[in-house]
Amino acid sequence: MFEATERTLRDAQRERWVKAGLLVMTILLILPVAIILTVLVMRGAPMLSIEFLFEEPTNGMTAGGIFPALIGTIWLVIVALLASVPVGVAAAIYLSEYAPDNKLTRLINLAIINLAGVPSIVHALFGVGAFVIFAGFGTSILAASLTLAVMTLPVVIVSTRESLQAVPQAFRAACWNMGATRWQTIRRVVLPNAVSGILTGVILEVSRTAGETAPIMFTGAAFFLPFLPESVFDQTMALSLHLFVISTQVPNVPEGLPYGVALVLVGMVLTMNAISVALRTKLRGRRKW
Amino acid sequence: MVNDAKLSFSDVAVHYGAEKAFSGLSCEVKEHEIFGIIGPAGAGKTSLLRAINRMDDFNSEMRVSGRIALDGRDVREWRNVYALRQRIGVVFPLPVGLPLSVFENVALSPRLRGIRNREELNAIVERCLRRAALWDEVKDRLDTLGSLLSGGQQQRLTIARALSQEPEVLLLDEFSIAVDPVTTMRIEDVLRSLREELTIVLVTNLVQQARRLADRTAFMLGGELVEVGETETLFCGGTQDNRTREYLEGRFG
Amino acid sequence: MEVSKVKLADRRTANWWIDKAVAVLVFVGGFSAVVLILGIFLFITREGVGFLVGDEFDLVEFFGSPKWRPTSDNNPTYGALALIVGTASVTGLAMLVAVPFSLGAAIYISEFATGRTKELLKVLVELLAAIPSVVWGFIGLSIMNPLIIELFDVPIGLNVLNSGVILGLMAAPIMTTLAEDALKAVPDSYREAAEAMGATRWQVSFRVALPAARHGLVAAILLGVGRGFGETMAVLMASGHSINLPSSPFDSVRALTATIAAELGETAVGSDHYQALFTLGILLFVVTFAINLAADVFVRRSDRA
Repeated sequence: MFEATERTLRDAQRERWVKAGLLVMTILLILPVAIILTVLVMRGAPMLSIEFLFEEPTNGMTAGGIFPALIGTIWLVIVALLASVPVGVAAAIYLSEYAPDNKLTRLINLAIINLAGVPSIVHALFGVGAFVIFAGFGTSILAASLTLAVMTLPVVIVSTRESLQAVPQAFRAACWNMGATRWQTIRRVVLPNAVSGILTGVILEVSRTAGETAPIMFTGAAFFLPFLPESVFDQTMALSLHLFVISTQVPNVPEGLPYGVALVLVGMVLTMNAISVALRTKLRGRRKW
Repeated sequence: MVNDAKLSFSDVAVHYGAEKAFSGLSCEVKEHEIFGIIGPAGAGKTSLLRAINRMDDFNSEMRVSGRIALDGRDVREWRNVYALRQRIGVVFPLPVGLPLSVFENVALSPRLRGIRNREELNAIVERCLRRAALWDEVKDRLDTLGSLLSGGQQQRLTIARALSQEPEVLLLDEFSIAVDPVTTMRIEDVLRSLREELTIVLVTNLVQQARRLADRTAFMLGGELVEVGETETLFCGGTQDNRTREYLEGRFG
Repeated sequence: MEVSKVKLADRRTANWWIDKAVAVLVFVGGFSAVVLILGIFLFITREGVGFLVGDEFDLVEFFGSPKWRPTSDNNPTYGALALIVGTASVTGLAMLVAVPFSLGAAIYISEFATGRTKELLKVLVELLAAIPSVVWGFIGLSIMNPLIIELFDVPIGLNVLNSGVILGLMAAPIMTTLAEDALKAVPDSYREAAEAMGATRWQVSFRVALPAARHGLVAAILLGVGRGFGETMAVLMASGHSINLPSSPFDSVRALTATIAAELGETAVGSDHYQALFTLGILLFVVTFAINLAADVFVRRSDRA
């Protein structure tokens, strides 16, 4: 009896230590990033102003704003979405609603995993080989956006598939029993109930796309362009590449400038992510069944 | 094949993988009758209903053999399986209110058939909800989600939806599981009145329900059709097989 | 109903054809993933194969020599050893940093944290994974670099240590999320059974949940390795980018990915140098493909268990 109590006490104590240790590890994982973000904000915030966002870089990119890079990133993201969302949603619908459990489906799933795992610089090489040279798009927004689209396709597919599969099977069976075709079932019942989940995934993709640098370096993003792109066949500046350029390639950049650019980029990406997370949490709280 | 048979089964069997649900089933369902199917759990009653509607298309495990004919035509010969299913209304034991408004739940099937006229839809929805004994409870909240109704209401919604298909055959699988006794009685009245227009196959675990409703009753046991007979004959001791009598007397199941 | 009427009812309607068309269309969408992954391999091979089969390429030199001098006028050499070692050392250090922390964090989040804390930690980890790699590179360059110089009294802070830590911080959130998923997939009934026998929470975690989730955890680590191996911008900016066989964490190195990123812009399309860079790309593709394949095998095993 006494022995058992002692053992229980020892176990409880050990339990507390293990828990504390794991908590410390978790905090150590998050803390450095928190510190880094704080530094980014402290050094970058003084740079931010309306002019910074809406003016062109001047003096060999050592002064002025980031307007062309901001606009360029928006171009790249939108064109990439136009390419990847339809294909990705179609692929997700196939995998969730049609695909039988066979070798071909496993092959497709494997391809998606690998598409997500291929290094971004290899995607860049593919973009150069396929879009810039083979398709003849040259270095252009089109080539860069298609490269980004290929790279982020798995994000759309996986998040869409998840939200489609979250719709209970019983709803499909009920529709099929009424004589609805597969497509009618998807359009009338499955998609309307998955659309906000799909939107969450798309926002996540926007944030991924906006932050990528390597895939656009050789496919359509330019170091410096004094004008804004007018069509998808133009080159463009981009925020991510601009940060790389002014922090490594341009001499005599004032210290605060790259912090300002980094802050805008991180702010954009994290805001998108936060919206996506908030949307997801809100949806979870408002189930329709 | 007799001409007045709405549904006819000859040597039908259903397997799930290596497991047999039932086999060697042959019988006929006449037009405008209520055909009861009784039997303990695991007898293969639900599998039979699934086979009629060709639900095996959606389940790679499920295999149907033999011949099931609707109006003398093998259901597997239908090129447009969706047109076939539209003719057959199904109500399963667990009600499924689709995550659409009550109105859209009932208007879905007409819409799928291409009916767009709002007044026409209104009329169909009201008629089907009234027949399913649900209209009075939901007429003021047709906009609420069907999936948020109570279990009993969802079951009646499911029946209204099945009726909105304007089916020739209505298959009901233990519809009263999720419904209170009063509502059950009301639905039973509805079914009696529907007999004028369509053919009803009623799977039930309630022997007395079969007695109240069915013109003829089939008894299934352990994957086998034991016997089919006029309900009154069966319940008044006219069984041909002892197992049927024992089941009706409540000795097992 | 007469037979003729049945025939009339059984027509292939517009909806039937639309359904078939959609089935084909979405299949094309799904299959595009396969086409794309094959396309990636074909196109980088197409651009790089001339070098691979040409006179300049020597397998022993490629894997055995640290001399990557593609721009030398009289005698260009293409030894990728230093680049391979550079990538390996940075990835290795990153895993040393990331694996224990992400496993610890995953166990804490999955097994110990509850309610709002759990949700908050998961969201935070997810947000960490979203920071773009060029920003990480910039952090290595402008925050870690002076910090390392000061702390360790070394002349250059752009080295294996810097890029390894940065890469570790980048890979950790992804590994944490994947490892947490693997632990979450362990049925609660396992834990309840162990708890019923009087096991404490940590005993349950370490003796029941961890072993049961081991395949998924291995997959999480493998995917983290793949991520580190393929990371480009952060390594380019934080590793010092000088060709070196490192002897200490304070040596600058150069990674395979960074080499491509730094040099592709300066090569003429179709030149030996250009093709050699695509050859590095083929190497990267093949290795990450193998890592992903291995991870998939482990995931599949954990599904079966």
